[in-house]
Amino acid sequence: MRTWPTLLRPWVFPLLLLALLEAAARWLVPGSDALAPPSQALQAFGKALSASGDESVLQATAFTLSSAALGLLLGAALGVTLGLVLGLSRRAAAMGFLSIEVLRPVPSVALIPLAMLVFGFGYRMEISVVAFATFWPLLILTQAAARQVEPQLLEVAHALGLSAWARTTQIVLPAMVPRLFIALRLGVSFALVVAVTVEIAANPSGMGYAMMIAQQSLAPDLMLAWLAWIGLVGFAINALTLRLQRAIAHRMGEPHTGVAP
Amino acid sequence: MSSAVLQNGTRIRATTESVAVLVCLLALWWLASHLQWVSKVFLPTPEATLESLVQGLSTGELAGFTWDTVVRMLLGWLLASAIGTALGALIGASATARTWIAPTLEFLRPLPASAVMPLAISLFGLSGGMVLSVVAFGAMWPVLLATVHGLASVHVRLREVATALQLSRTAFVFKIGLPNALPDILAGMRLSMTVSLIVAVVGEMIASQSGLGQAILLAARSFRASELFAGIVLLGAIGFVSNALLALLEHQFLKWQRTG
Repeated sequence: MRTWPTLLRPWVFPLLLLALLEAAARWLVPGSDALAPPSQALQAFGKALSASGDESVLQATAFTLSSAALGLLLGAALGVTLGLVLGLSRRAAAMGFLSIEVLRPVPSVALIPLAMLVFGFGYRMEISVVAFATFWPLLILTQAAARQVEPQLLEVAHALGLSAWARTTQIVLPAMVPRLFIALRLGVSFALVVAVTVEIAANPSGMGYAMMIAQQSLAPDLMLAWLAWIGLVGFAINALTLRLQRAIAHRMGEPHTGVAP
Repeated sequence: MSSAVLQNGTRIRATTESVAVLVCLLALWWLASHLQWVSKVFLPTPEATLESLVQGLSTGELAGFTWDTVVRMLLGWLLASAIGTALGALIGASATARTWIAPTLEFLRPLPASAVMPLAISLFGLSGGMVLSVVAFGAMWPVLLATVHGLASVHVRLREVATALQLSRTAFVFKIGLPNALPDILAGMRLSMTVSLIVAVVGEMIASQSGLGQAILLAARSFRASELFAGIVLLGAIGFVSNALLALLEHQFLKWQRTG
């Protein structure tokens, strides 16, 4: 049984840091263009919550989250499909090896200018960069997951005389589900980071852009509010996907203990 | 012996096929650009990209940008590794510090490094130092968390040995803790190199600091697709070489673990 003091313990250090920032911003650099006390940031955030249009918190958050989600969907669909093929066939894996090793190290942010050139600003450029960034980890992790499917299961499929399609959909994919969700959880955190990065570097929409604008209009309170909000949204989504992944791992049996019948 | 020959044959076939797939992809690029499946504005021909690459490298302009980006990435990475290991050792060495501070680190970890950039701009201005500080901050997390984890997972027996030898806390960290954490730290440093390159490029784009990030952004804005592709190729090469070098280094450093 967890007691109150242990439940409260994680909050002590961040609250201490916030108090320090509050004191520093109030008394060391009052009226600064760079820093604002957290209490003022909270007020600025309250104002932004009720604002509409570009400044609206809900609209900016929805833009970032939906582009991250759509980009992840695209990247995951392609990455899982190709990863499945490369994981099930050693020959295909050997054939694709060199191309993957050559293309994978390209940093995803290097594609921001290209996406800008092709799609202009907006949803499509952000989605394409997120898709590129999430494609590689999902490809690699799916490939590993498909390789780790128990050989006995494949033997059963063979003994049953299943076709390649039936073997994949009825035996291999269900056996991979727990590992796939681990890959997907990693993809979610990647997608969020990349989406915010695209907005900060180029795309004039979403949470990242709202934060850049707050900085450029010398509103440190609003900027800090956005920083905290981006952190909170990221934390909440990561915590949620971790729960989902654990629940699924629990239902399907932990990946390392084999597969539930 | 025949199986060895057979295996050798399979390997040669696999390598040939692997190269063939890459050549096919390049051929596809060549076809797509020459037959105008994709507009030339977006997709330059491979020859034009190669020409931009050779020209840029020989006149020294692109070479200079590459050098700037590499230096920024390496400096940020070294700073991140040093600060990450030091902070990680400070936090990880004490069980009390771990229980009080670790949850905050878990909260901060998913924060995108680039999200700190506006804050850094308002603190330090649009300067090279600002970019470097964000690179170091963003790349610090993998190393820091790996060090904390490595120190926390020292085997109970080793802790008992340290108590029996009456090692001081500093001696424990340097003689037992950090060597124990080394595999974790090296893996963290590899991840943090990737982060360094990404944040360095983003920083160059935002703060207009000389480097490949700024170069490809300007190339895209003025519709010089072949120069844009040359920059992307160079960034890919930087990522590839730095990752390969670190893998080699990791292999060398951890030799004692496998043999010992």
